[in-house]
Amino acid sequence: METLDIKKKATSAKAAIQPETSIPGQVTQSASLTGSQAVLEAFLAEGVDVIFGYPGGAIMPIYDALYDYNEQLTHILVRHEQGGIHAAQGYARTSGKVGVVFATSGPGATNLVTGLADAMIDSTPLVCVTGQVFAHLLGTDAFQETDVINITTPVTKWNYQVTDATEIPAVLAKAFYIARTGRPGPVLIDITKNAQIQAFPYEGYTPCHHIRSYRPKPIVRKEYVQEAAKLINEAKKPFVIFGQGVILGQAEAELKSFIEKTGIPAAWTILGLSALPTDHPLNVGMLGMHGNYAPNVMTNECDVLIAIGMRFDDRVTGRLDKYAKQAKVIHLDIDPAEIDKNVKATIPVWGDCKETLPLLTALVEKKSHTAWLQEFRTLETKEIDTVIREELNPVAGELTMGECIKVLNELTGGNAVIVTDVGQHQMVACRYARFNETKSNITSGGLGTMGFGLPAAIGAKYGAPDRTVVAIIGDGGIQMTIQELGTIMQFGAAVKILILNNQFLGMVRQWQQLFNDKRYSFVNITSPDYVAVAKAYYIEAAKVDDRANLRAALKTMLDHPGAYLLECMVGKENNVFPMVPQGCSVSEIRLS
Amino acid sequence: MSKQEYTITVYTENQIGLLNRIAIMFSRRKINIESLNTSPSEVEGIHRFTIVINEFEDVVRKLCRQIEKQVEVLKAYFNTNDEIVWQELALYKVPTDEIAEKVKVERLLREFGARAVVIRKDYTVFETTGQREETDGLIKALEPYGLIEFVRSARVAIIKASNGFHEKLKEFEATEPGEEVVENEFLDKGAEVFTM
Repeated sequence: METLDIKKKATSAKAAIQPETSIPGQVTQSASLTGSQAVLEAFLAEGVDVIFGYPGGAIMPIYDALYDYNEQLTHILVRHEQGGIHAAQGYARTSGKVGVVFATSGPGATNLVTGLADAMIDSTPLVCVTGQVFAHLLGTDAFQETDVINITTPVTKWNYQVTDATEIPAVLAKAFYIARTGRPGPVLIDITKNAQIQAFPYEGYTPCHHIRSYRPKPIVRKEYVQEAAKLINEAKKPFVIFGQGVILGQAEAELKSFIEKTGIPAAWTILGLSALPTDHPLNVGMLGMHGNYAPNVMTNECDVLIAIGMRFDDRVTGRLDKYAKQAKVIHLDIDPAEIDKNVKATIPVWGDCKETLPLLTALVEKKSHTAWLQEFRTLETKEIDTVIREELNPVAGELTMGECIKVLNELTGGNAVIVTDVGQHQMVACRYARFNETKSNITSGGLGTMGFGLPAAIGAKYGAPDRTVVAIIGDGGIQMTIQELGTIMQFGAAVKILILNNQFLGMVRQWQQLFNDKRYSFVNITSPDYVAVAKAYYIEAAKVDDRANLRAALKTMLDHPGAYLLECMVGKENNVFPMVPQGCSVSEIRLS
Repeated sequence: MSKQEYTITVYTENQIGLLNRIAIMFSRRKINIESLNTSPSEVEGIHRFTIVINEFEDVVRKLCRQIEKQVEVLKAYFNTNDEIVWQELALYKVPTDEIAEKVKVERLLREFGARAVVIRKDYTVFETTGQREETDGLIKALEPYGLIEFVRSARVAIIKASNGFHEKLKEFEATEPGEEVVENEFLDKGAEVFTM
């Protein structure tokens, strides 16, 4: 199987096919280009190296042009457009760059919607280009015509329909600028077929740096930074909670300096995970419904809550009217609309945390909060005694998800990129996976998209080709996008797929057990023979269901040079604890 | 705090699809738009939406932030009725015979500040501008005489405290924005933020 190396990839395009007017990527000014070529020139100018896509009638001119750009642009042919966009998300999340997707009109474009919604809520920068029917056919119910712009409006940061090729360079420049700046998000550009074909005098590509109606970053108000520093300096029990804003803002080092100077314990949301190394002495764990015991309980004990690049999702806050009511809240966020949206901020610090955190660090006093930190550790011990030890070190009975993650940690040393799907395995992986490096935890947080894991892992591998990428997926989620094994097969993406199979839609089953009197309504899901399925795709695979062979099986998976699928049979009716039941306060977190 | 009428004024680029982008922000939250008007503004090339809803202040404030976040929106303000000067225009079609016979037309016109736009043998169209009570008042007056058709325009509103958008726009056009562009309402400045 071909190994993944996008730089050395073999090409089949011949220079002879290139149009006389231009050499891809070296187009001289005032050359005549088609709209399709202009799209690809824009990609090159924006530093795009990988496109995830699927061709079709209305995007054929772009694919025809792509044939000549084969040496500069790697195109990954996915098996479904949803897989394409999730892959682009995975790519964006590990690389920190804008993920790029091609899809055709109609069903191709509508298949992107779930990924757009996911990227929108998780602030992932994407540029999706969809083909559209000829402009003169718009509104005629033409073959594969859908109103893509209106369908995608609520799930895009920006979208635009191009009907004239001359608009393409400026529109794509705007698209990349909007996707990656400020609070990032997905952008969709719908290009009618006539505009893809249309030739026009190309004046070169000018990147966009300013749009008058768009302010990616609010102005940092120093007076609020000063107020915040004052509150922090006076605080007896300060508590930092951080989210993906730290990663998106590339402010990991700034966060570390801030908490180290102030000695403040810090907890993370699942999208903030990996921004701070797991073993950092001030890292006190995960917030939220299935987060750790201490950070949830202490949210309602602290006197100053410092929220950094996070948006107080309901899965983090639990019951809002009982959330941190005793605390003064300092909220650092780049998006003004997040301030006061769910939790009222005492002091808002608008701005990019890459800029605001150093300002704050400069003004705070060097301190340590030993006794306060110890309170977290005491609660942690309680969680270890009641939940974690048993979950990670069972001696008898079925395998647990937690011990699979624990052994994985030991084998990877916390250096792998962990991509998860959605459900129990996701919560367990986020709780127990260890990370030394940022941009290492890729998961569908806000939207909770089952089927995200496998395609996102493919993209994650392209975004971080030198790293080990492990996709941890449940038996439900894998079956939603299992067709992407075909993509792995064809392009040799060396993704390690770890299926944690509990033969149930486990998270829904857990809720039905706890809240619906064990009325297991349609959560009993059967699986194919995953090993046979993987092998049918020429992917190495194995299955493990006993403790004695777990470590060896995981090691074989990790040591294998290419893609590998390992199915772990885990306890059927294990529950994820702790848990903040819906409608309860974070301090009502249950340990069993 | 109870629900009350708020007039939201949104300054935007003139862009296809923006009406939908703004409208769905209301429908997503199941907020009924009482009235919506789009028109040019005092600044060439800048559009102005005037949207009336009945809501809690907190909801309106959050909504305006979300609207302002849209790429092609420059600014969103919200105001209560006493902070604005507002008008609506209404047209009334009535049978000419009935009016001529049974009503003293001049009195009607004077009382409601109305004028006749069209007078034909079969029908007459009156027009009036004013606030809701005034335009409603003329419906009541005309109903007994066989009101055939009635239509009222969306609200248009001028913000009393506004100095217009010309100066603000200059700041938006600058690469480095001034303080005005991103207004920050905190530290007890809440009331001043969304009124210019």
